[in-house]
Amino acid sequence: MSEVAITRTEWLQVCKRSDLVANSGVCALVGDRQVALFFLPDQEPQLYAIDNWDPIANAGVIGRGLVAEIDGELTVASPLYKQHYRLNDGQCLEEEDIKLDSFPIAFEGDDVLIKIDQ
Amino acid sequence: MVKQKIVVIGNGMVGHHFLEQLANRPERELFDVLVFCAEPRPAYDRVHLSEYFGGRTADDLAMGKVEQYREWGYDLRLNDAAVNIDRDNKVVTSASGASEAYDHLILATGSYPFVPPIPGHEHEKCFVYRTLEDLDKIQAAAKQGKVGVVVGGGLLGLEAANALKQLGLEAHVVEFAPGLMSVQLDEGGSKLLRDKIEELGVTVHTSTATELIEEVDGGRLRMNFKGDKSLDTDLIVFSAGIRPEDSLAKSAGIELGQRGGIVIDNQCRTSDKNIFAIGECALFNNFIYGLVAPGYTMARTAVSLLCGEAAEFNGADMSTKLKLLGVDVGSIGDAHGRAEGSAAITFVDEQTGVYKRMITDSEGKKLRGAVLVGDAADYDTLLQYHLNDMDLPEHPEQLILPALDGAAPTLGADALPDTATICSCHNVSKGDIVGAVQGGCCSVGEVKDCTKAATGCGGCAALLKNVVDTELAALGVEVNNDLCPHFPYTRQEIFHMVQVEEIKTFDELLHKHGSGKGCEICKPTAASIFASLWNDHILEKPHVGLQDTNDTFMANMQKNGTYSVVPRIAGGEITPEKLIVLGEVAKKYDLYTKITGGQRIDLFGARLEELPEIWRELTDAGFETGHAYGKSLRTVKSCVGSTWCRFGVQDSVGMALTVENRYKGLRSPHKIKMAVSGCTRECAEAQSKDIGVIATENGWNLYVCGNGGMRPRHADLFATDLDDVTLIKYIDRVLMFYVRTADKLQRTSVWLENLEGGLDYLREVVIEDKLGIGEELERQMGNVVGTYQCEWKTAINDPEMLKRFRQFVNTDEKDEKIVFVEERQQRRPATEEEIVKIAEPA
Ligand SMILES: Cc1cc2nc3c(=O)[nH]c(=O)nc-3n(C[C@H](O)[C@H](O)[C@H](O)COP(=O)(O)OP(=O)(O)OC[C@H]3O[C@@H](n4cnc5c(N)ncnc54)[C@H](O)[C@@H]3O)c2cc1C
Ligand code: SF4
Ligand code: SF4
Repeated sequence: MSEVAITRTEWLQVCKRSDLVANSGVCALVGDRQVALFFLPDQEPQLYAIDNWDPIANAGVIGRGLVAEIDGELTVASPLYKQHYRLNDGQCLEEEDIKLDSFPIAFEGDDVLIKIDQ
Repeated sequence: MVKQKIVVIGNGMVGHHFLEQLANRPERELFDVLVFCAEPRPAYDRVHLSEYFGGRTADDLAMGKVEQYREWGYDLRLNDAAVNIDRDNKVVTSASGASEAYDHLILATGSYPFVPPIPGHEHEKCFVYRTLEDLDKIQAAAKQGKVGVVVGGGLLGLEAANALKQLGLEAHVVEFAPGLMSVQLDEGGSKLLRDKIEELGVTVHTSTATELIEEVDGGRLRMNFKGDKSLDTDLIVFSAGIRPEDSLAKSAGIELGQRGGIVIDNQCRTSDKNIFAIGECALFNNFIYGLVAPGYTMARTAVSLLCGEAAEFNGADMSTKLKLLGVDVGSIGDAHGRAEGSAAITFVDEQTGVYKRMITDSEGKKLRGAVLVGDAADYDTLLQYHLNDMDLPEHPEQLILPALDGAAPTLGADALPDTATICSCHNVSKGDIVGAVQGGCCSVGEVKDCTKAATGCGGCAALLKNVVDTELAALGVEVNNDLCPHFPYTRQEIFHMVQVEEIKTFDELLHKHGSGKGCEICKPTAASIFASLWNDHILEKPHVGLQDTNDTFMANMQKNGTYSVVPRIAGGEITPEKLIVLGEVAKKYDLYTKITGGQRIDLFGARLEELPEIWRELTDAGFETGHAYGKSLRTVKSCVGSTWCRFGVQDSVGMALTVENRYKGLRSPHKIKMAVSGCTRECAEAQSKDIGVIATENGWNLYVCGNGGMRPRHADLFATDLDDVTLIKYIDRVLMFYVRTADKLQRTSVWLENLEGGLDYLREVVIEDKLGIGEELERQMGNVVGTYQCEWKTAINDPEMLKRFRQFVNTDEKDEKIVFVEERQQRRPATEEEIVKIAEPA
């Protein structure tokens, strides 16, 4: 009984499966944190969550970027200045010392769950 | 520092080249420079003079601009001829009475047309063909006539005959000698040229000497020829050769040649060491060089010497390649085989009208000369053999015979020595080009920018590409035109596959022809191709993840993550009612409002979630999307034209509306801009657009492939005096051909520059329908036009599409990180410092 309760508190339900857009990104607000969520139905894993704030452009736009495969790695290209951020860990491919926060994310039925330290 | 003074007499093409070369050197600072120019305007491109009749203006032909000379610090005296040189005191006097001392004097007085002293030659209907003013006069006279005669069947005479034909006259050429272009062509070539030209409707009279020109009834002219024949005409143009303009030098006691021309040595100095002569007034080795390239070489020699460098002029090659009345003609070296021990190889195809002849030494080892008429494709290769004195291949005849298996033995770039001149206009050798490639230039475009090769007459473009590609390959640089790592094809190839295999989705395309998962290059490219071919809505499911963010949200993202809203205002025409709606919407959503260069109104600062509401209000008022976010037609700028403007000759707004409403929504490799002007005053700046239309008395002139921006390019005149239907037809074809064949993100300007065969080829495809795809292109365009939908109108009525326009999927809160401040009574994004300040508690 207690075990299930603990998992539920760590994982936060952010939205429904139907709120996502296949092969693209959306943005969710978790606390006061903007998180970009990507849903790639044909990939494994299918879900990715990274910070929505683009520190180079200084704007919350990552969720609106285009998903691009660069040298075999899945990334999102920032819509403003086109740097690539790795979807699974937020690493910027062009600037070594820039890395966005990334968060565990998963489906539970139709719910989308995310794990964020607040 | 006391500067030395250079005085230049004559501001023609060569005088200008001298001044331009000097201006680009550091030594420029050592001199004061003064220029006497007898013509009312600074130097213009005489080589392309005939295009003045084709619609190019004096401005288009200008080489030296008054402002440019001012910038260079030159003292330019227009309309003021030098009339005397006092060599003892080193002073030049001019017609206006100015006296100017010089340390160095440059004579660049050019030449004047020779008019044979036939009785009657002074008649007011007799003209020459050398200056813009000459052409104005000919044009005026042609308006009232039906027939025009050119005296002289040389290169210039035939060009003049073509001009008369273009002016709508029945054209004749009268030549004293037995053949046309006897300087450049041998008998066979000359005969074939004559046949071809007569086929085109120009009557040629050879071996014909004019004895008298008299006025007959009605003010027409009668030319009486030797042997009782005569010809009645409305005007006569003399083109019987040129004479060096050496009178000034003569009266100053400078040495002239026996038959005129200012004698120069191999430093281009005259008999007075302080005086140089360059260009068509100069006589070197008893020879006047009547072409511009040798004149340029003389100019560069003089500049180098003045700057203290060693330089020599050692004569120049007079080989030429040109199109005369649409017939390709080439002449290389000793075309007549006059030198002793010459052997000839001739190929004649009377069926297609091709004549080619090579002159070799007696062993067939070296090429001494060549004549090509009807097909000059072998010119580049032959010229390189000749100029570089290279050994001919074992079977030299193969160089001019039609290749049976399609493998014409073109000369590989490898075989050329480094000293081989590739571009003679700008004197660029193979070594220079190889150097540029080794120095980091990776494309023909970059090499052009850095060496200027192929930026003159452009005749060397194909050879240049060959040299660049070979050198790149030698350096191990793969000449890679692949779209991206996921598709080993060019955009053109992908377009073709999508079309032929009727591929409708990215997944299908990737599965069939690509690899991996796609990226921000191939996805939008594919989306654009699908849109060009099938015109689905960009937000339909399979296309959603393919679009750049601006296409996804049908608005342009600005630096703080908000968007601009740009409704279409076709032709820049807007009713007061609609203007008020724009104002009201802008006020309601507090949008920063600005009028753009494309005659539209942009509204900035809309939040993602506000876009659908804003567009609902705009579409309700009758606005459509302006596609400012897409690689597609942006705006068609126009002036008010004949409706309001006293100069206008056609309804330019009406045409702009037709054009904009036709092509709105067309997806293309890059953005497209257009403009329509109501007369040649060109208030809409059509010549800086991808498609430019300028009204004429008789219809419309069409200009193509210009652009402004980072690398501006003047549009090229494509066709003249078109009626409405033909204009639209040509634009349809040009645009669709561009959409089909351009590379990713290639603007029309770069596309045209890279199109093999250039503007001529584009004309062949569009006007002559050489590829037989004209109607197909029109059909494709018709399909795009027929399936147009306002993307916003569709989107706001589709809840599924609207889902994307939520700032957060889990709450209706706004993005608190977007901060505005006020400036000049409007909002703008706050700067970082301002945001920090605002966040600090007061
Ligand atoms: C219709 C046409 C087509 C041609 N096509 C080609 C071609 O395809 N290829 C090619 O290589 N060449 C061609 N040419 C030839 C080419 O134009 C000339 O070789 C070139 O213009 C020579 O330049 P220049 O400066 O020596 O002489 P010009 O261009 O004649 O300039 C001399 C200038 O000096 C001025 N001047 C003379 N005396 C005085 C004075 N006392 N004081 C002040 N100014 C003075 C004249 O008014 C003139 O403006 C063509 C020429 C014509 C007319
Ligand atoms: S730029 Fe040029 S060689 Fe180059 S084309 Fe001119 S002459 Fe010919
Ligand atoms: S281009 Fe001609 S018609 Fe149009 S505004 Fe200018 S002057 Fe008038």
